Order: sequence, then structure tokens, then C-alpha cells
Amino acid sequence: MRPADASAESFASYPPQARSFAVQHLAVIQKLPPAFAALLMKQVIQFDWLFPAERKDLEDQFAYLESLAPANLEQSMRGFALSSSSPSLSKVDWVRRPGEFVEAFTADLWSGHQMDSFRATAEAYTAAWRKAFPESEPPAPRLAVVVLGRDLRADGYPLFRKLAPHGVRIAQVDGNGAWARILEVAAARAGKTPVPHGHWYIDGGSPPFSIDARLSAVTWMQLAPVRTAMLSRMQTVIASGHGGPEELRTLMAETTLKEVGMAADARDEVLSRFQLSVLAEGSGTQIFSTTFVQWTAREALRRAQPCTLLLRYAPRQRQLPMNELLAGTGDRNAPDPQGSLIDADMGAYYTWIDQRRLTGAEQATFVAWSEAHGQAVVVGPNAPRGTTTENAMTMRQVFEQFV
Amino acid sequence: MPRRKKAVVVTFGGGARDEETFAPEGQENIPGMLSVLIPQSTFYTQVVNHGILGHYVATASLATGVYETFDNFAAVPPHDPTVFEYFRKGLGRPATDAWVVAPSNGFNRIGESDHRGYGEGLGAGVILPKHLLRAAMPAAAGSDYGHLLRDNYEDPYYTPELAGNEVQLQQLDQILRLSVGDFTQHALTLSSPDELSVYIARQLMRELAPSLLWITLHDIDIAHSGAYSLYIDGIRRSDRLCVQIWNTIQAEPEYRDCTTMFILPDFGRDADGDAGGNGFQHHRTGDALSRTTWMMVLGPGVRQGVAVDRPVDSLDLVPTLGSLLGFPAPLAQGKLLTEVL
Repeated sequence: MRPADASAESFASYPPQARSFAVQHLAVIQKLPPAFAALLMKQVIQFDWLFPAERKDLEDQFAYLESLAPANLEQSMRGFALSSSSPSLSKVDWVRRPGEFVEAFTADLWSGHQMDSFRATAEAYTAAWRKAFPESEPPAPRLAVVVLGRDLRADGYPLFRKLAPHGVRIAQVDGNGAWARILEVAAARAGKTPVPHGHWYIDGGSPPFSIDARLSAVTWMQLAPVRTAMLSRMQTVIASGHGGPEELRTLMAETTLKEVGMAADARDEVLSRFQLSVLAEGSGTQIFSTTFVQWTAREALRRAQPCTLLLRYAPRQRQLPMNELLAGTGDRNAPDPQGSLIDADMGAYYTWIDQRRLTGAEQATFVAWSEAHGQAVVVGPNAPRGTTTENAMTMRQVFEQFV
Repeated sequence: MPRRKKAVVVTFGGGARDEETFAPEGQENIPGMLSVLIPQSTFYTQVVNHGILGHYVATASLATGVYETFDNFAAVPPHDPTVFEYFRKGLGRPATDAWVVAPSNGFNRIGESDHRGYGEGLGAGVILPKHLLRAAMPAAAGSDYGHLLRDNYEDPYYTPELAGNEVQLQQLDQILRLSVGDFTQHALTLSSPDELSVYIARQLMRELAPSLLWITLHDIDIAHSGAYSLYIDGIRRSDRLCVQIWNTIQAEPEYRDCTTMFILPDFGRDADGDAGGNGFQHHRTGDALSRTTWMMVLGPGVRQGVAVDRPVDSLDLVPTLGSLLGFPAPLAQGKLLTEVL
């Protein structure tokens, strides 16, 4: 079916809010090239479970498309109307299975050597609609705190090499009361700016303290049964001997909450679905807790655009043969404290980069602290770039002076 | 009588970025290349891959000199003639003179294309060391050898079962001249699949001394799991193994002074700053960093300590090998790398 032939009935299988949203914007959807329509529908079909920031992005994008005169819309879409000869693409329903369509389309772009031109078109389009509908500033200056937990340790490893040039390095941080202060700050921010899914806690193990209920919490251990169920689904296809990556990816993408034992928690379905997506779509998130923390933080920042983000890295399991890793026995395998520290150090750097992609980057503050090594780095408007403080500081003093 | 020229090509299936290798902050990961190999090599600083950034299809493109477009995860042969077919047909060489040692994820078809004018019977022998080990190892010894059987990391959902059969055992016995006992005993001393590959390659060099040997390393591809430390471990191991291969070339009379070695990653990995990717973890964005890598060339007649900064293409390898060894590669699309000829 071409987008021009789409009708309200085409979206009958969508969840209620997604259906209503699509029907509301049907007129402009009908004018889009199939690939672009599929890219949008991939988001629209999830509308009921999108974070507020994602919904606003989608609403703004449709408002932009609807604001364009027909000739301008046609011109802005021209680069997306690439010809495709892929038989697999013509078989996929861009309305009901937009994700599958986008995957096939992407493969087509690669094999047709059209990826570079598509990238350029997408970048130009994004710049244009973002200029017309700028992103909102955050309701409070953003803060991210990344803690490299006490069991992550490596003698002689130069911590925070990539982050330090951007802020102040604190050579000695007193760990006493540090966690209490960090949790206090996070709770206070959640209380002061009570936006839905605006404040997050992500843990690579089991949190050694209670987490304020106002924080959206995602933890490695809490999701252990889900990870096991997910890995079991993967193993089933692998063991069948005919499960290529496409089949598996589709299976994972179509996994429902119920299938992995998450249906009972309906208090926050948006968060439950987010957790599921981290495990279903992330590479390595089911296996290594360090990857889980980094990827969850990336996705939380990209999708929910939170004001507050608090991460704790815990040791991941040692490397094993991939088939054993996929067997889901990871939590019983020996930990790798040294490798985990290096992973977490790089993960902290990536979280800082991801935070900087959001609005309000100039006012945002980023803190990374190694519990075991007693070192920290702060990047933000109050942290002088490329400096080092040798004086011992408490976490309270760190926050007072640099955050 | 002048000895025949030989070439050894080492590719990293699992690209490595500049910042973890030749950029100042990455140099601590490649001490062997910096201190041993670079001073003896002509070094291309920009090798650009314009094709599909999947390891099997990209390595096949390196081997054909044409950007192949098949499904990276499909067990299909390249559609254009490989360098092995050009070499054997052009020079009338026997099957024992061209070999590939490769990881097992899909690479079993890389030795020979399905091109009508070349193809069947003209390609290279392919050894998949992990399959060899699977065939040789005692039935109850899984945990002792598991670390050597790690497979594909490109997609966490793609871990094909390893198979080992009679053909592998014949390769072990008749080609590599290794007893099952010696092979499995030595395997216990190795720490990764790439170490196993290099062990097999060295055995091949001793027993058959092929004139065209292609080794694809793959440990670096653990990066797809998102664990940065394991990615760095993979780079450091590849660095060590490249030096080991070069030392073997110098130590083996059949190779010394007549062998040119090419080392190149198949492509790079995504930049930290590209919002569409997740930095080192993948190579999905198609950004400049994921497409651009390097190559070093060492051997008799190759100028030492020279850096070539002009951008060259991944496809340039095949015609250059052809010119070096003296065979035509009429369907390859690259250009000659004149600096090393």
C-alpha cells in the first residue's frame, strides 16, 4: 500500500492513542514517501508508551510537516523518495510493521550505496524542522552523576582521562556520607521539579540503599528474570538452527511484556516498556551489566531527556564464550572488577556526551566518581576546565563548590 | 633460481578506530606495530571503505576488489572473482598455494566466488580454526576450550552453532600435519580465537608455504558487546599477533626476503560524537570514522618509514596484489597503490 492510499482503517491495529494520533495526521501522512512514512510510523505506533519529551517531538514534527506548503513539502521529502528494487521491501507493510520496513529499507540503502546521500538528506531535514520548532529548555539545569561502584578497581589505571580536560579533577573524595549526599540531591531535585520521568536512577547491580520513589528506577538485578526470559527466547531460535539475525531481531522486537513476565507491573507501563526495549534492542545489555548501565543511560537521555540522572556501575561478569554468555548464567559467573572499571570509565564519558546533546547543555553539570579510587571529575559551568584539586573533599563540598 | 614472491594479508574483521590505535591516546594499545612494524612499513593513513560495513561482506569486498552487496549474514560466496582465483588462474598455481584462515561466522565461502569465468576449483582453501578445534576436541572438554570457540559478536542474536566434522579432521592431518592430540594440547595454551588462527596460519606456512595467505582476525569484534575493556584487549592482542606473523615470515626460509605483508582493518567503528551510533560499539552509522581506516605494507622493496596521506580505497588491495605477484585482476575496481610497487 502506498501512503496515498492509507485511510483511518489502515491504523486499526495501533494502540488507542497511536491510532488517534495517526488518524489526526492522516492528510499529511498520505503525502509522504513510503520510507519516510515508515520512519515516522515506527515512532507513532509506540505513541501510547512514549515519554512526554518524545510525544512532544513527534507532535512538533507533524506540526512542521503540516505547516509546509505543498511544494515545500514535496521538496523536503524528495531525498527520502529513493528508488528501491528490493523484493523484500515491497513485501513489508509500512503501516502495520514499520520497524521491519525500516530495517529492510536500511539494508537496501547499504546495498545500493545510498546510505551517504540518505544521511545527508536526513540531517538537512532534521535541521530544518528543528529550526522551525526548537527543542524546549529543561525545567531545571540538568545533572548527571555517574558512580563507579566500590568493587570496580584497577591498580594504576588512569581514571577519567577523557573527561578531565573538560572540567575539574578532584584527586581525593571522602567516601563517608557521599552516597547519602548524592541521593539527597537527587531526591531534592525530584521534589522541586516533579516532571514525569524527569529523574532517573540506573544501577548495574542491586542498589545498596532504598531509592526515592519519585525516581524512575531501572536496575540490573530487578530485571534478572526478564533477562533470563529474553536470553531463553534467543537460545530457542539459535538452537533451532534456522534463526538468522533478522528472525531473531524480529522476535525480540515483538516480545511482549507478558512473555517476559513483566505484565504484572502495570503501575508504570511506559517505564516497563522502556526496560523491555533496553534488553530487546540493546546489544550486550542482556549479558554485561556495564553495557546495560551505559545503554540504559543513553536511551533514557535520548528518549526521556531527564533533568536528573544517577548511575551506579557494578562489576560485570568475566568474558566467556558467547554461547555460554547467552545461556543466562551471568549473575553466577566470576566478576571482572578491572575490566568493569575501564568499561564504566568509558561509559561515564559516553553519558557526558549524551547529556551534552540535549538542550541546556551549557548549564548542565556532570559528575563522575570512583568509590574505590576516591577520585572524581566534575564538568559544568561551575567547574573550571582542565584543573585539578588535590585537597580532600567530601561529596557535600564537591556539590557546593562545583555543581 | 629466483624465489617466487609471496604475500600475506592480515585483516581485522572488527574494525579498530584511530583513537584506540594510531592517534596519540591509542598508541599504548599497539606497541608492537609502533615499535616493530611501522618503522619498516609504508603506511597508508586513510583507507576508505565505501561499501557495506558488515564484516563478511566487507572482507569479501577486500578480497574481490569490488564492493559486494550480498547479505552479510548469508552463507553465500562472493559474486565477483576473488584475488585467490585471479592468482591461481593467472599464474597457474595449485590449490595448495592459496589459503584463507578465517573466523567461522560466514567466512567459509570467502575462498571462491560463484563467478562464471572463475569460481569452482580455482579458489583458496579455507581453514576455520574454530571448526577444526570443535572437530578435534574431546567430547567432554567444552569448558577447557570454550574461550577459543567464541564466535560472532556483530549481532548478539547471531551465534551459529559450531560444527566440526571429518573434513576438518582431514585438514588437520593431511594439510597441517598435526595430530589431534598435539593440536588440542597446544590449543590449551592459547587464550583467544585469534591466537588459534595465528597458530594455524603458522602451521600452514611451515607445511605448505602458500604464496598467497589471507588471515582474518576477529577478536576485536567483541566491541559489539559494549564492553570497552574487552575491545581494547582485542586490539592489544591483534597488535601482538601481527608482530608474531611478521616474525614468522622472517623466521621461515620459504618466506624471508620474498614476502610482502599487508595489514588493514576491514573498516573503522562509529565516532563518539555521532548521535546515530554508540561510539566504539558498532559500525552502523556510515560516518567518516566508521568508513576510514589504515593499512601498512611491509616487505622487500617496500619503502620503510613512509606515510602516505592521500585517501586510498579498500578496493585498491586486489589490483595491487595482482601487480605485485604478477597476475591480472580484470574485474577488480580498485587502483594500483603505486607507492608500494
